[in-house]
Amino acid sequence: METLHLTENDTGPDAVDDVKTVRSDHENKIVIRSVDADSVITYAGSTAASLALTWLVYERFAPFSGTLGFIVVAWLVFVSIVYVSARQQWGRVAARDHFVRLCVTSAALLALIPLGSIVFSVVERGYHGLQVSFLTKTLKAASTQNKFSEGGALHSIVGSFEVVGIAMLISVPLGVMTAVFLNEIGGRLARPVRMLTDAMSAVPSIVAGLFIYAVLIQPGILDAMGFTGALALSILMLPTVTRTTEVVLRLVPGGLREASLALGGSEWNTTRQVVLPTARTGLVTAVVLGVARVVGETAPLIMTMIGAQRLNSNPFSGLQDALPLFIWNQKIHGGLEGVAQEWLWSGACVLLVIVLVLFALARLLASRAGLSRRS
Amino acid sequence: MQYIHVASVPFLDVVESSEQPIAFRTTRGRGDRVYRGFGYGAGWLTLAIMGLIGGFLFYQSLDAFRYEGFTFFTETRWITSVSGGRFGIAAVLLGTVVIAVVALVLAVPTAIGTALFITEYAPKRIRAILTSLVDLLAAVPSLIYGIWGAAVLEGQVVYVSRFLADHFGWFPPFHTTSLAGSKVPTTLTDFTASAFLAGIVVALMILPICTAVMREVFAQAPPGEKEGALALGGTRWGVIRDVVLPFGKGGIIGGAMLGLGRALGETVAVALIISRTTDVHNLLQILKTGGNSIAALIARSWTESQGIASSALMAAGLVLFTVTLIVNAGASFVVSRSRSGAATEI
Amino acid sequence: MTMVEERVPAAAAPNVASTLNAREVSAWFGSHKVLDRVSLLMRPNEVTALIGPSGCGKSTFLRALNRMHELVPGASLAGTISLDEVDIYRDAVSVTEIRRRIGMVFQKPNPFPAMTVSENVIAGLKLCGLKIDRSTKDDLVAQCLRRAGLWNEVKNRLNDNGGALSGGQQQRLCIARSLAVRPDVLLMDEPCSALDPTSTRRIEETIAELREEITIVIVTHNMQQAQRVSQRCAFFLAGENAPGHIVETGPTEAMFTNPQDQRTLDYVRGRFG
Repeated sequence: METLHLTENDTGPDAVDDVKTVRSDHENKIVIRSVDADSVITYAGSTAASLALTWLVYERFAPFSGTLGFIVVAWLVFVSIVYVSARQQWGRVAARDHFVRLCVTSAALLALIPLGSIVFSVVERGYHGLQVSFLTKTLKAASTQNKFSEGGALHSIVGSFEVVGIAMLISVPLGVMTAVFLNEIGGRLARPVRMLTDAMSAVPSIVAGLFIYAVLIQPGILDAMGFTGALALSILMLPTVTRTTEVVLRLVPGGLREASLALGGSEWNTTRQVVLPTARTGLVTAVVLGVARVVGETAPLIMTMIGAQRLNSNPFSGLQDALPLFIWNQKIHGGLEGVAQEWLWSGACVLLVIVLVLFALARLLASRAGLSRRS
Repeated sequence: MQYIHVASVPFLDVVESSEQPIAFRTTRGRGDRVYRGFGYGAGWLTLAIMGLIGGFLFYQSLDAFRYEGFTFFTETRWITSVSGGRFGIAAVLLGTVVIAVVALVLAVPTAIGTALFITEYAPKRIRAILTSLVDLLAAVPSLIYGIWGAAVLEGQVVYVSRFLADHFGWFPPFHTTSLAGSKVPTTLTDFTASAFLAGIVVALMILPICTAVMREVFAQAPPGEKEGALALGGTRWGVIRDVVLPFGKGGIIGGAMLGLGRALGETVAVALIISRTTDVHNLLQILKTGGNSIAALIARSWTESQGIASSALMAAGLVLFTVTLIVNAGASFVVSRSRSGAATEI
Repeated sequence: MTMVEERVPAAAAPNVASTLNAREVSAWFGSHKVLDRVSLLMRPNEVTALIGPSGCGKSTFLRALNRMHELVPGASLAGTISLDEVDIYRDAVSVTEIRRRIGMVFQKPNPFPAMTVSENVIAGLKLCGLKIDRSTKDDLVAQCLRRAGLWNEVKNRLNDNGGALSGGQQQRLCIARSLAVRPDVLLMDEPCSALDPTSTRRIEETIAELREEITIVIVTHNMQQAQRVSQRCAFFLAGENAPGHIVETGPTEAMFTNPQDQRTLDYVRGRFG
């Protein structure tokens, strides 16, 4: 509902010294309502009618069932009833306006229902994952005969942190440097680089894994280990960091660069001492977004890290596990019932919590950096 | 300044001279030369990585191409072993496209609606929250979509699928034959692990990027024209139809294509949901159990593939890489063209 | 940039102000000529004011004086500009050295937002790669802030963020920042146009004090200001489709009371522009 405040009280008592005006004691602001009583009644009536009708259809004919089906049918009936009654009351043009408003609003809601369902079902099934035994034990001696509390994802969480950390160390300097190149140095190379950065952000994650496998593992240069997984992740992280950083650098006012150059600063010193520090909050956002992009990534790790059951804290030797691999392997090899399912959802819950925290952090930092746009 | 007095025009004291602009010389110090070197290095590295991805995938898939020849592009079966087999990209690619199209058909209208709601209808505060929530959809890992789709959504979608097959079977995409072969499928299990289900999940995953692109383009619709339409007595829908949508056409197409690019490459969620098949008839029946996708094929069969089998997966990866590159290049082109008129920075 | 580890003297010896000499300077943006053969001698210990209506090339001329003009893509320049007989465009002096010696204060105050007040003051030294002792640092900060007439207002806020000051204070901080690298010339591009009258008066006082040590060139739209602060004036004018040029130069007093050119008279009397 939109309320427009039309009156603005900007003439103080001083402004009317010489003109004697009669002032009322209080001013009534005009309240403009976009929703009137008629609409409310129409919508309420339509809701009731559609629910009743759908219930009837479901009970009487029942060719399908399930909550989703009920919602879909009830919605269709609701929209039709609103349209018909609006058309009878207000005519064709207004009815169409109501119809579109309804469709657009439902589209927005439609996007959110699954989000709620995902968060709810993961937390409902996996909240055990947030207990100590799951976070401190590994699957070293795991079998499907184990109890839930006998296994855990410590080895995967450690692996995830190390691998994402290494990916960060590789792609953040490169990404920031590329963004600096695009925004501060420029030149003829900038166009193709920007284009390919865009293209790179669309490279399917599994292709990044295949690439690292084809370059390093297949020819026998390196064995599959945490580090090779990190390399694959940094390919996915690089374009995210580059693009976000470029947006952030563009927000740094040109006047600051001029001021720095006018003081006799070199290009490098201008970038290092003025541009980057001014954009530091945005740079952190870029890093966080990059991490959020890859922390749940599974596909490239299947071929570059493979996974492990026991704790290996050395990313440069031997197989290592990561949280997404833990979930994937429980799903693929764990069977449909029993403890593997519990481990699976617990892992998913831990992963979701990590992602949500990163997301919230990125939002917070972005709003502080003045990045209102999509990053 | 070097200018020449032209003697043949004596009545002019100072004639238009041939002034020679200074060639700006900036002798950069060592620090700046190193800085620029690193900058260019980073730029070239981006180009190099993209080139190397294509190059190495091609190199590693040579074995498979040599073994299978041109039939790699026409063969529908995918049977591989260390030393050979019969495999081709045709059915897998078809399956990939089917899932992507289902996802697009569902995601694009939703994205248009969401983007319109955010730019045209929502009050300011709700606008910010909604934008965040839609972006959050993009932050949820693909893996979690996969397990959610298989464990939660499937149980709901099968009913919808069965309803559609029963009542709208005359519409070709919804035409469904049962797994057992009888004309009218009756059991719900005929509708599990379908391309339809995978498409719904992928639709959710590409929704944020489609919405984001459309939102940005819609937001640039000229306010003057919008107010003009309202001042003429137009309804909100009238404004959207006459001003916002025509203006945002490029954004809609571009956003849809970007979404398509992502949908084609979606791996883990699809791999966890569909039950893979290379039967072309089955692939075209979207409601029915069975589907396929290049990325899911690679993810599911990688660990047990060696030799030719592994090379064949590399070849599949190369096809996927090429297709997504083309789709995304097209999308960037469309989006950049649609923005050029607005002349605002994105 | 040469990484010379110059030591900055703690107590600045008074500068011997320099002469800036522009001869037949023309400037273009792409193929559009904005400045036509401008010659002007900017003498030491004098404030030279550039006056004239908007779009007549004053700012372009000013930016050409410390090689900021060439930062605009497509910009070009002809003519000679010399600082104490050193051709700043042709002789083997580095751009950064030129810009350090010819400081600039911009229309909009632009202190570095990521730095504190005192860091802002010595920012120029760091940007030039000059080392500075901790002990001399404090002296230098205090000295520059005093010369910019800001010390009393910010001496207790040296560690505040530079952006937290008021507009007038920010502009004086920018002046202090320019002074810290000990320039020979200070260029000011409408330094008071974004400020209130009180801040403006404060900055004008600062200019008057600095004149003893530094050659100052100031662009201003404010006739009273030009009269108050400058000793010499140059009147710029651009025709309908003609690039800007200097109509008249002379001592400020004469320019305002008895100009040689009718257009100058009209302008200083406020009849156009």
